[in-house]
Amino acid sequence: MKTHNVNSKGFYGEFGGAFIPEMLYPNVEELRNNYLKISSSKSFKNEFNKLLKDYVGRPTPLYFAKRLSEKYNTRIYLKREDLCHTGAHKINNTIGQILLAKKLGKKRIIAETGAGQHGVATATVCALMGIKCIIYMGEIDIKRQAPNVARMKMLGAEVRPAISGSKTLKDATNEAIRDWINNPVNTHYIIGSVVGPHPYPDMVARFQSVIGEETIDQLQELENKSTPDYVIACVGGGSNAAGLFYPFLDNFDVKIICVEAAGKGIDTGESAATSILGKTGIIHGSKTLLMQSNDGQITEPYSISAGLDYPGIGPMHANLFKSKRGEFISITDQDAMKWGLILSQTEGIIPAIETSHAFAVLDKKKFKPNDIIVFNCSGRGDKDLDTYIEYFKL
Amino acid sequence: MNRINKTFINKKNILSIYFTAGYPKLHDTISIIKELDNSGVDMIEIGLPFSDPLADGPTIQESSTIALSNGMNTNILFDQIKNLRSITELPIIIMGYLNPIIQYGIEEFCLKCKECEIDGLIVPDLPVDIYYEHYHDLFKNHNLQNMFLITPQTSEKRIRFIDKISNGFIYMVSSYSTTGAQKIFGDETIKYFKRINQMKLRSPLLVGFGISNKETRKVASINSDGVIIGSAYINMLTKHGIRQTKKFINKLKID
Repeated sequence: MKTHNVNSKGFYGEFGGAFIPEMLYPNVEELRNNYLKISSSKSFKNEFNKLLKDYVGRPTPLYFAKRLSEKYNTRIYLKREDLCHTGAHKINNTIGQILLAKKLGKKRIIAETGAGQHGVATATVCALMGIKCIIYMGEIDIKRQAPNVARMKMLGAEVRPAISGSKTLKDATNEAIRDWINNPVNTHYIIGSVVGPHPYPDMVARFQSVIGEETIDQLQELENKSTPDYVIACVGGGSNAAGLFYPFLDNFDVKIICVEAAGKGIDTGESAATSILGKTGIIHGSKTLLMQSNDGQITEPYSISAGLDYPGIGPMHANLFKSKRGEFISITDQDAMKWGLILSQTEGIIPAIETSHAFAVLDKKKFKPNDIIVFNCSGRGDKDLDTYIEYFKL
Repeated sequence: MNRINKTFINKKNILSIYFTAGYPKLHDTISIIKELDNSGVDMIEIGLPFSDPLADGPTIQESSTIALSNGMNTNILFDQIKNLRSITELPIIIMGYLNPIIQYGIEEFCLKCKECEIDGLIVPDLPVDIYYEHYHDLFKNHNLQNMFLITPQTSEKRIRFIDKISNGFIYMVSSYSTTGAQKIFGDETIKYFKRINQMKLRSPLLVGFGISNKETRKVASINSDGVIIGSAYINMLTKHGIRQTKKFINKLKID
């Protein structure tokens, strides 16, 4: 059967793989040889599940959004990842990877971060385990995201500015990879999304798949039916989407919708809608769709939400797009911001701006009254208050 | 016979110099090649700049960023070097990352290399297995030798495989590192040079990453067929300009 999951060589259809310099080969090989063995062991699972329950606060609720459902005449559920410790789904992955790093005997953790959410989630689990933590963050992002920089520092992490290239997320990722090249033995690199060389996209998707697995059980209880009609999530790199979609990838009764950031509009030159604007290429060791110039130089995307302005998407998502298994919809800054307010005032939930993009699909697509729609409410809006304040003159 | 193979047969203690195309100025490529040829180097590597050069340290990154902002791209480079063989008979290698090559079209890229009489390629993020499965014949049909990297961490089995499929030389990365000039090599590095040298590989070995002066060149050359210098040359170009190339190369002479 044709699968939308990863194959044994690390590819999703034509996308994925490990296009890495030889200097990274031993590091990636060590992970590739061990990640499944370790993460499927009983002791790992016990420890992982216990931390997800006691520390992260899982299972997160699957909440029936009554007023929103009435307004749109359909059945809308929110998977409340915004209620996770540190305010977003990111910590599911960092818990998984820190446990893996410990089993591999690593003494030092590095990570990249854009807006700082993954950096905070990484610094948090490093503090929890007492492991040294270095976060690479674009020099420009450090200035833009001061509160998250402060959080990482409070948690004991060292924040190193990425000063190369465009000084943002992609450059922070380059710097983290270079650090890993220079420290191949004692260091584990916690990538924050379903991007990078195989096995990262698969590994991160597996750690995040708890989102989709819980959804199945919860729907069974609430709707007496384990499959929704639609699963909808925003896609930057794509980890929250991968986590929700994971158990449904090959279940064609479930329709998948990926929501990208159109920024100021697809044709404005200030956008992050990779499926429309990107071409197949190599970014951070993975073959995928990415935004680039005609000469193959990687370009800087734009979105009002820092979590969605990655120039690529994960290879799983590139394949969902190419195979038409997933429907891709792009949402402008303006519509996303509007939905930040709508969700706040209809359900009393202030979402992260990334998350707001996903909800804006309700204005773009008609759903049937009996459709069961699950949105990944991937993060809370606290981190975006400054942007909301400025935008709405609050 | 290919110029690369000929060089290893006829010469000892090879000195190969890397520079980033489009740096310091967009149209310096040919002047730099002429200077290097006049200075007595044995091989030249032209770096095709990339926005995200993962394997490179700060010096080459910075030169790449500047080269790109100067307007360098693949078309311009091929245009600059179309009459390459009227200036030099040295082996010339293009070092570039995979993404710009994919966007140009890999077959088209190989064809252009053949037209310009380029001798080989170094594509650091093209994995050995993918090359072997998909591109080995294509490169061969265009008289292009593909050079692979090994590091202190590369297993013996993998080195043997790389040796088997290599037809030019093996690029031996001196340490766990991205590119960048170093002053001296530590004991661990020297042990690694010796270990690889004792493997008696069929391919010649060039040591790169961290070679910056006569001392590092000497140590590396004892256990290999020669060295590749990149960052130190770029630093020189930044400080003193193209015209000081000969002086720089003379200072590296070890005979």
